[in-house]
Parts: sequence; structure tokens; C-alpha cells
Amino acid sequence: MSGKAPKKPMTAKRLKNLVLSVVTNPFNLIVLISLVMLICLVAVPLVSVLKTTFTLARAEARRAGGQVGDFTLYYWKYLFASKLSMATFWRPLSHSLLISFFTCLIAVPFGSIMAWLMVRSDLPGKSVLSLLIIVPYMIPSWCKSMAWLSVFRNARGGSPGFLEGLGIAVPDWLAYGPVAIIMVMVLHYYAYSYIMVSGTLQSINSELEEMGEIQGANKLQIIRSITLPLVLPAVLSGLIMTLSKTLGAYGVPANLGLRIGYYTLSTRMYDALGAGTKGIGYAMALLMVFMASGCIFANKIITGTRKSYATIGGKGGHSNVLHLGKAKYPLMIFLIVFLIVALFVPMMILVLESFQVSTGAGYGLDNLTLYNWIGDLSEAPKNVNFPGIFKNPDFTKALWNTVRLTVIASIITAFCGQFFGYVSTRGRGKWYGSLIEQLVFVPYLIPSIAFGAIFLGMFSVKHGPIPSLYGTFALVVLVSVVKHFPFASRSGMANMMQISTELEEAADVAGASFWQRIFRIVLPLSKNGFLSGMMLVFITIAKELDVIALLMTPSTRTLSYLAFVYSADALPQMADAISIVMVVFIMLSYLIANKVFHADISKSMG
Amino acid sequence: MGRIELKNIDKFYGNNHVLKNLNLTIEDGDFMTLLGPSGCGKTTTLRIISGLEKPQNGTMTMDGKEVINANDAFFLEPGKRELNLVFQSYALWPHMTVFDNVAFGLKIKKMKKEQIKMQVMDALEKMRIAQYADRYPSELSGGQQQRVAMARAIAGHSKILLLDEPLSNLDAKLRIDMRAELKRLHNEMGTTIIYVTHDQIEAMTMSTKIALFSAGELIQVAKPLDLYTNPATLMAADFIGNPRINFINGKAKYEGGEMKVACSLGNFTFPKKDVTEAAPAGEFDCVIGIRPEQIEMHREAGEGMVEAKVYADQPAGSETLITVVCSEDELLVKQIGIQMYTMNQPVYLKIDPDKFNVYDAKSEKLVKFAV
Ligand SMILES: Nc1ncnc2c1ncn2[C@@H]1O[C@H](COP(=O)(O)OP(=O)(O)O)[C@@H](O)[C@H]1O
Ligand SMILES: [Mg+2]
Repeated sequence: MSGKAPKKPMTAKRLKNLVLSVVTNPFNLIVLISLVMLICLVAVPLVSVLKTTFTLARAEARRAGGQVGDFTLYYWKYLFASKLSMATFWRPLSHSLLISFFTCLIAVPFGSIMAWLMVRSDLPGKSVLSLLIIVPYMIPSWCKSMAWLSVFRNARGGSPGFLEGLGIAVPDWLAYGPVAIIMVMVLHYYAYSYIMVSGTLQSINSELEEMGEIQGANKLQIIRSITLPLVLPAVLSGLIMTLSKTLGAYGVPANLGLRIGYYTLSTRMYDALGAGTKGIGYAMALLMVFMASGCIFANKIITGTRKSYATIGGKGGHSNVLHLGKAKYPLMIFLIVFLIVALFVPMMILVLESFQVSTGAGYGLDNLTLYNWIGDLSEAPKNVNFPGIFKNPDFTKALWNTVRLTVIASIITAFCGQFFGYVSTRGRGKWYGSLIEQLVFVPYLIPSIAFGAIFLGMFSVKHGPIPSLYGTFALVVLVSVVKHFPFASRSGMANMMQISTELEEAADVAGASFWQRIFRIVLPLSKNGFLSGMMLVFITIAKELDVIALLMTPSTRTLSYLAFVYSADALPQMADAISIVMVVFIMLSYLIANKVFHADISKSMG
Repeated sequence: MGRIELKNIDKFYGNNHVLKNLNLTIEDGDFMTLLGPSGCGKTTTLRIISGLEKPQNGTMTMDGKEVINANDAFFLEPGKRELNLVFQSYALWPHMTVFDNVAFGLKIKKMKKEQIKMQVMDALEKMRIAQYADRYPSELSGGQQQRVAMARAIAGHSKILLLDEPLSNLDAKLRIDMRAELKRLHNEMGTTIIYVTHDQIEAMTMSTKIALFSAGELIQVAKPLDLYTNPATLMAADFIGNPRINFINGKAKYEGGEMKVACSLGNFTFPKKDVTEAAPAGEFDCVIGIRPEQIEMHREAGEGMVEAKVYADQPAGSETLITVVCSEDELLVKQIGIQMYTMNQPVYLKIDPDKFNVYDAKSEKLVKFAV
């Protein structure tokens, strides 16, 4: 049944009809719009930043001995082979790799084992525990670094933290630097492996394991030779996701590393773009893109070849419970203690600290105050020249910025996601379908902080009719929208996949036009998926710091960034209070997303 | 009103040639069934007729008006072809009530409210589901959804109705009821119906004409009983009929205006009027096709009978199937009622040479009609 479609001679009539059919079909118009949008917002910025790193800028023109605009290798040479490349590049890189390596080493096995315990064992109190294990995932990682500081901060950070307050001297290596960064990241990123592995475990048909039992294998043999190979792809995905996320993280290493001059690639890049040589910053951003892409392609290769059996799911009834025997109560207690010590106590200390007059000075009545929340500047204690956050116009402004950023950006993102999802599912197998699918995926390859850098590079200058957007709220919205394209369009695609094309074809046969089909069939049917997808994007954007950190100016600051600034300015109580507002805001959003829109929390990112 | 003519249609999916030079005419008022095994291109044909798919070659006219001309890249939009379609999956819009589902096409045509209401209720009543007008599709059983899909297709009074395996998702009893319903509907409304199925009983019982497909090619277009008595090729003979037709190898010789056939069942001679144009001259290998119910089987020997041995019997109440061995050939015989035989019992077969078909073994084409 093979053969080739014949080539037809082109006649005037044929040409006219071909042109007419392309021009009169609105679907082609939206394909065109999608392509133009994605090329302008994804491909062009990457290329333009790449070009910047090879073009001499005014600041370096004299030093490099050339004209502004000349082609140059100055920036790349500076990075790789100059007297300063050790401090600018190699050492931060080694720090980044060290942090990523240890974070993965601890977080991935930890998350995977937890997942296995929650899904397949008879651990008592599983249902409650499995909910609590997800909670840390909802708290932004930079909030966790605040909590870490509120416990471990020592005199170097300005005001002492909880432990110093108890009279325990905290050395710098514990309070700040790699250990602190790794600990905080582990507590955040274990959730990735947990969610991935538990999803896979739940989908594995227990009959596969039962078959092993019938063949005479014992529990341990079954785990080793059936369960483990089946979840391995999920574990590897978790590993690579964690690796790429930690490489691109900014908030945590900045908050915990900069105080002792401990730089990672991301913080060094931030500095270069803020105050140093911009070309070098952009080159670093591109290197980060390169590293993260490598991780993600590795993931694709690994899961690509193995996914075929990872998805053999089916009913997935989990009758095959592993009995932990005597170990079950100690294990449960260990988990509860872990959750309390690692997550709830620091958050509690953070909350309490926001009510303290002086940090680390105990919780006596004389050291408790509402000043950090509602104090007037007239009653300010020494060293403080800000009013309580609810009286502080900076806070009000940041809150307003956060709300309007999340609302506007999540609506636009979710809308674009559905749009791209529609075009790429309906264009399956066509060149434009796969092109759009791939373009939409690109922001995912780019570490958050580097993404911000690329947009900064692209839009801080004037391009034809588009004015410089630097310092505008629009740029912050734009970067948030584009960064979340991959996630939103994945949910859009899943959504559109559920609307069978036959539903549209039935309307087509009934004489409905393209727009009638969209408005009367596709939109009503995709409403629920749209709303739940939008809520998940909303939450992710609300938590975001890394993507927008480079683009913040006093008038566009969000809550995340303001907390970060106050923390760096040695105003821990204020930073804590803002973090708490943030956490409450996010938790409420989760609650609404989950209860009202039936969104699955474990599907959100970040 | 409703004559369709497909000429030289070719359809490719990539390099997969799924319809090969299809020529098919559907007359006004026909109940034309596209029959064939799964994957042979029936749905594709239907989608080309409806306009949802564009062929790379060929033309199509409806009542003489051109709707497809692949050379000119001209394809009239589906909505303008005045036909309606029932999908195998029904494709009912889950967010609309039964009434709105049926009314959708009429609203698109901007009909008056009262007129819409009348036509919708009329269609629902025809399909006997008027009481479910306010329900959503998910609140109906499979059979009821099927009726909604039918009502939606007939509400607009289109000239042509396309049905893609509409009964395949129903259970056996409902299927028989719906067959009767469809046949009655076709009679009452007189629309042209193009019906896709892989179930030959459906095809035989309902259609006025059957178009038999195989691997993207149209094998034969004929009235159901003609298709049954004289399948044009070995493949068609093999596909049509349950239990399957018997094939016996033999030798044939066609000369001097008559055809002589020799096989394990005996030697036969046929006059020229029974021979088709496909018959080659001279000697050739042939295959004789005999339907199981055409073989008379007796327990006692008699005039002009051939001896055979019972291999196994399968009594099933209303009928009995018996496998017998006659020299080298294995034959299936069908008898009415309950019949009991013992294994290896000798039996005697009587065959009416007018009732069987002869095929050329090489070209696989019919060379002698059954009458
Ligand atoms: N959209 C499509 N893309 C590629 N191949 C297709 C598509 N639709 C059908 N085919 C192929 O065309 C052939 C005929 O399909 P179809 O017309 O659906 O068969 P039928 O309805 O007779 O079962 C099959 O081989 C099928 O795989
Ligand atoms: Mg089909």
C-alpha cells in the first residue's frame, strides 16, 4: 500500500484555489500568529543575546582595542582564559556543580524512597503524611532560605538568629555558604523526585508485581527486579530536573551565599549584568542555557528509550503492599520528626521572629511587638527606618505588583497555552505542529535567572517600533508569560487532546465556520482545563523570584523581591513578615485551585 | 436529488496509498453500503465525500455539480455540501443538551426559532427519543446516544446521509432493532444513504447496493444478493458469506463456445451464456466456489452423487455444519435443523453445477456465473 502522491502541474486555477484555501482558512492565520509570536519571543532573544556576546560594547571598546559594534571574542576569552577567569567563571562554576551534585545526591534518593514508602508500604498514617510531604513544595525556595536564616543567622548577618539567641554559637560554614544552600535546596527539591516517582509507582499495574510473586520471587527480589527497573526512568527524570533547577537557582544561593562572598554561576552572572561587564554576564547566561539543555536532552534520551515500558500502567490497583513489620513505627516517627524539625519548626521560628523586637533575644513579652507588621515610623526602634509592612508604601506597592503580575501574567499565559495547545494538537504530524511544539518547549531549557538575563539583553534597547522596555512592568509580565509557556501549553495540549477532532468535524459538516467551532465547541469544552491550568500558572508565578530578579526596579518590585532586599539589608523581621504574607497568599491560591478548580497541585512547577 | 459520482480518486497519507483510483457512482435514493475489512479505506472514502479529507487525485460531483477537483485544488467546504454525517463515536457535543445537539446545525443556518423547534422535535420523535430532549449526552445509554446522533444527522433534511459504522458500539440485540429502524427511515425519507460497515450481515440486510473494498481498491459494486451469488473475485467470494464458501481446485478448458471443468466433484460442461468475459481461452487452472448450503448431502448413495467421509459435525440447533472430506478436498456443508453424524461415516454429495462459481486461479476473477 505504498506509493507517492503525484506532483500536479500548476495551473492558474489551481494556484488560485490553493491560495484561497490557505488565505480563507482562519486556522492558518492562528498558526501564523503562533509562529511569529514564538519566534519573536523565544528564538530571536536567544540569537540576539548570542550576538551581543560577540559584539564589542562601548564600555569595553577601549580596553579591547576596537570599535563599538566590532566582532570580538573578548568576552568569551575573558571568561575562559584570562587572569580573572578563575574568580569570574571557574570557581563559581565549581561551586554551582558542587551544590547541584550534593543536592541531587541527597534529594533524589530521599524523595524516591519517600515516594515508595507512601505508595507501596503499609506505613501507618500514610494519608496524612503524604499530604504533609507535599506542603514544603508549595513554599517558595527563597522563603525556605529565610527560614534557614531565622534559625542559623549569626552576628555576621547583622542580627542573631534563633540558635545564637539560645547562646549556641553558629559558625559561618553552617549559617551561610554551600552547606546551608545544599540543605535548603534538598528540602525544596526532594519534592520533584517524590512527585515523579510516586506518580509512576501509582501507575504501575500491581499485576506485574503479582506475576513475579506467582513465579516464586520474594518481596525483595520483586522490588529489585521488577519495581526498581520500572521506576528507574522516573528517578532519572527527577535527578535531571533537580540538576537543571539547582544549576539555575538564584534566590537561595544569593540569600545564603553572598554574605560570605560565596558565589555560584547564577549569582556571579547577576553581578556581571548588574554592575559588571554585561557581555560576560550574557555569555554566562548562554553557558547556563547550554548546561541545562544538556541535562534535559539527556533526560529525553534516557526516558525516550525507556518510556515504552514506564507507561505500561493500566489499572494500577495497589494491592501489593509491602509490610514493613517492626520498622514501621520507627519509620513513621522518623518521618514525623523530620517534617517537624526540617519544615515546620523553621517556619514557626520565622513567624515568631516577625514579632520580635530584636532577633535572637528570646520570646519574653518585652521582646515581642507588632511593630514589624503594623508599626508607625514614629515608634520605630533604633536602626530601623521603615514602618511596619502594612503601613509601608513599599510593601503595599509590592503587594499590588505581585497581585497584578500574577493575575495578568497567568491569564495571558494560560490563554496562550490553550492557543498553542490547540495549534500543535491539531497540527500533529504537520511541520508547523512540531515546530510550535518545539519552540514552546525552549524556555524550559533556559534556567530561570538566565532567562531573565536574555530578556533583559533583548528588551533593554530599542528595536524598531518596540521601545526599550527596561524598568517597565510590561517587561516583567512578558518574561513571566514566556517563561511559563512550556508548562501552560503542556496543559493546553492535554486539554485539547481530550476534545476529539470529530466533535469539531461534526460541527464542520453541520456548516459551522471556524470561529463558530472555536466559540461554540472548543472553548466551552476546554473551560475547566483552562481554569485549572491558569490557577497552577498563577501559583507558580506568585512564587517566582529567579526569573524576574534581574528585571526588578523600585517601581516594579514584587513581594518576593522586596523580602529578598530587606533580608539583604539586615531587616530580617520585615523580610520574615513579607515571606509570611507570601506563604499565606500561595496557600490560599492552592486551596482555591484545588477546591474550586480541581487543579492537581503536584502538577505545578517551581 | 442526491446523486454522487466519484472519479479516479486517489488518497495518500504520506507514502501510504490508501485509496487507489476509486470510481463509484451512488444514485439518488440508494442505500449504498461500503463494505470491507477494517483498514481498507471505507472511512477515508466517507470523509472524502463529506469534505473532511482532501484526495490528491480525482473529481467528485453531486447532482452534476463539481465539489472536488484535485487538479484545480478545488474542494468545496463540508458545510456547503448539504450532507450529514454520523461518526462511529457519535461525536455528540458533551456540553450541549440533546435538543441543542440536534438544533446546532439549524441554528448555524440561522433558521427561525419555531422552525428549529419543529424540526428538532420531529427528528427526535422519528428516532423515538423526544422525552430525552433536555438531557446531556452523558446521561444517556449507548443506544440512546446513537439515536441522538441519528436525529442530529436527519434534522437538517440533508439530501445525503453518511453513516460510519453507526451500530458497531451497540450490543447485538440493539443492533438488530436499529437495522430495522434505519431501513424504515431510508424508505420514509428517501434520502441517499452511504453506510460504512465491516459487518456483511448489516450490508446484506439493509442496502440496495454494496460496494466491496479491499486494501484501498473497489472490488465490486452490486445488489446484495448478486454480490452473494456471483462475487467477482476469489477475495470477494471469500469475504462474503458466513459460513465461508468452499474452494476446490480444478482444471478448466474453454474452447468451442463451451467451458469444461474437472474437479474432485466430477466433470461439468457449461454453455457460453454462463461464461464471463474474464475467462481465458484454452486450458487453465481454476477454483470452484460452492456455498455450504448449495451442497446436498445424503446418507445413501444415489444417481450422480460423489462419495465423501464425515470429518466432524457441529449441530447448532437451527442448523448443522458438517465438515466432509471428498478425495483430497475438505468441504463444509450446511443443513437445516439438528442432524447427527458419526465420524468417518460415508456420505454422498449432490451438486447442482448451475449453483456454483468458477474462478480463474491466475487472475482470481469470476469466469462462470451461478444462476
Ligand atoms: N489521518 C490518517 N493519517 C494516516 N493514515 C491514515 C489516517 N486515516 C486513515 N489512515 C490509514 O488509511 C487506511 C484506511 O483507513 P480507514 O479508511 O480508516 O479504514 P476503514 O474505515 O476501512 O477501517 C488505514 O491503513 C489507515 O491506517
Ligand atoms: Mg473505519
